[in-house]
Amino acid sequence: MHPPSRPSLQERFRRYRQPAGFALIALVIGVIVAAFAASAGWLTPSRLSGADVADTLEQHNGAHPGFRRAHQKGVCVIGHFDSNGQGQALSKAGVFAPGRTPVFGRFALAVGTPYSPDGVPAPRSLALNFTQADGEVWRMAMNHVPLFPVATVRDFVALQQATAPVPDTGKPDPARVAAFMAAHPETRAFGALMKSTPTPSSFANGNYYSINAFRFVDAGGRSRTVRWSLAPEAAFVALDRSRFDALNAQDPNFLFNDLLTRLHAGPQRWHLLITLAEPGDRSDNATVQWPADRTRVDVGTLVIEQAALEENGPCRNVTFDPLVLPAGIAASDDPLLSARSAAYAVSLRRRSGEPPRPSALARDGVAPAPMEPRP
Amino acid sequence: MSTPVVKFNVYARLLHWSMAVMIIAMLFIGVGMVSTTTEAYAQLVAIHKPLGAAILLLVLIRLGVRFSHKPPPLPGDLPAWQRHAATLSHWLLYALMLLMPLIGWAMLSAGGYPVTLLDGLQLPALVPIDPALFAFLRGAHRYLALLLFATFLLHLAAALFHALIRRDNVLPSMLPWSSRGARNGSQGDAGMPPE
Repeated sequence: MHPPSRPSLQERFRRYRQPAGFALIALVIGVIVAAFAASAGWLTPSRLSGADVADTLEQHNGAHPGFRRAHQKGVCVIGHFDSNGQGQALSKAGVFAPGRTPVFGRFALAVGTPYSPDGVPAPRSLALNFTQADGEVWRMAMNHVPLFPVATVRDFVALQQATAPVPDTGKPDPARVAAFMAAHPETRAFGALMKSTPTPSSFANGNYYSINAFRFVDAGGRSRTVRWSLAPEAAFVALDRSRFDALNAQDPNFLFNDLLTRLHAGPQRWHLLITLAEPGDRSDNATVQWPADRTRVDVGTLVIEQAALEENGPCRNVTFDPLVLPAGIAASDDPLLSARSAAYAVSLRRRSGEPPRPSALARDGVAPAPMEPRP
Repeated sequence: MSTPVVKFNVYARLLHWSMAVMIIAMLFIGVGMVSTTTEAYAQLVAIHKPLGAAILLLVLIRLGVRFSHKPPPLPGDLPAWQRHAATLSHWLLYALMLLMPLIGWAMLSAGGYPVTLLDGLQLPALVPIDPALFAFLRGAHRYLALLLFATFLLHLAAALFHALIRRDNVLPSMLPWSSRGARNGSQGDAGMPPE
């Protein structure tokens, strides 16, 4: 049936103007919401966020509310850095001007649980915070092995998943571990390095390495790729790893108690050595070591004077984000740096919202008692 | 559109459109940066902080402009509930654009992060290090950001509703360019939401 007369173009336009207007509004809003969802990664579940990394660590290590998601067992330390001025030629950061910069930090075991005994084949770490006179802050989180087992965050997550305990056995699935190792020569090399590197007998006589590369920028704007390490003044003594069980039976906190005993006797010192890359040295891969003959510049002495339990020390409620850097020190193109920064931020957010639990040292008591932190 | 458009004050329009771009960018950068662990994370965080500080500075100026210049009135025939919704959503937008950078700044301070805007330019800590406060502010920053995004969508939908369905003078009064027959000032009955 035809209407008596066709409506004019203008009438038809008028009739559809309102629905067309609403449709256009819905379209505009829909496009913006879709773009927002894409930006947030809601449309790409494979994108890895800091929260995904923290989730993987929680699955691997179990839930330990109130603690860091990695390197859970630790103690705060307080001291200073005496710069000898040699670093000024490399970086304009205030920390390298001759003089003293206050430092706090944290020694820890990269063990995955907060109440593990100390005798375990896990990397040991030293995290530091330098607060410059101008208020700028330099943070770092270093390990006693110079390399990282993987080069990318995706491989890190895959490694955690492959080595996560299986519910039935409480141990990793050997087939999954083997498959990961077969596909990752760099992780095998890391394992070999862990085995072949003698384990220091103490936190105080270990070297600590920046792992990632960074860039130092001098006053003239020249940028250099560097890594750094801390070399102890205390004489190196290797720990007999076959004695782990005996040492744990004697005192499950033997490493931390050794550190407290040494600090009770006097300050512990390390030299901060800046290693300069040469053309061709990889700055983007924390699994690749630089040749041993690279120039190292001793830029000053780290002096650790006091320890404090995490409960009353300055280290627990901050994160040693490797991208907290003063002017004169900058990130390299190592992709792990962003991943570490993002994952540490999520770890801080989660543990800050959880009721704190006693650290192993507070629970077990320590001898000698850690000194009170300075106000 | 028989009545001439009464436009917002030129500074109000300038602040509206420049801050619109900055705030929308900020929301996309915010959800983008927490979604990734690639190098984009560090790059986006490095933009997020100084951009947030710039928004804080601009919103203070904007509130000054808002309180010293009466905006054009809403159309007289606007239903009461739409009038109330306009007033409420505009003050919600002002509150969120002021609160979000302040919460971000306080949150970083409570988490013990230095608030570094540019190479060597750092803001002082707004509050002392406090994990419970950090956790609260970090949650507030996320949920208020989503509320700000939702309020922006509502604001945009309402602006388009005025332009496409009601075809009144609400959108033209905020357009950055001057339209035919436009008058600057706040008298007249053909104007816009209290923004």
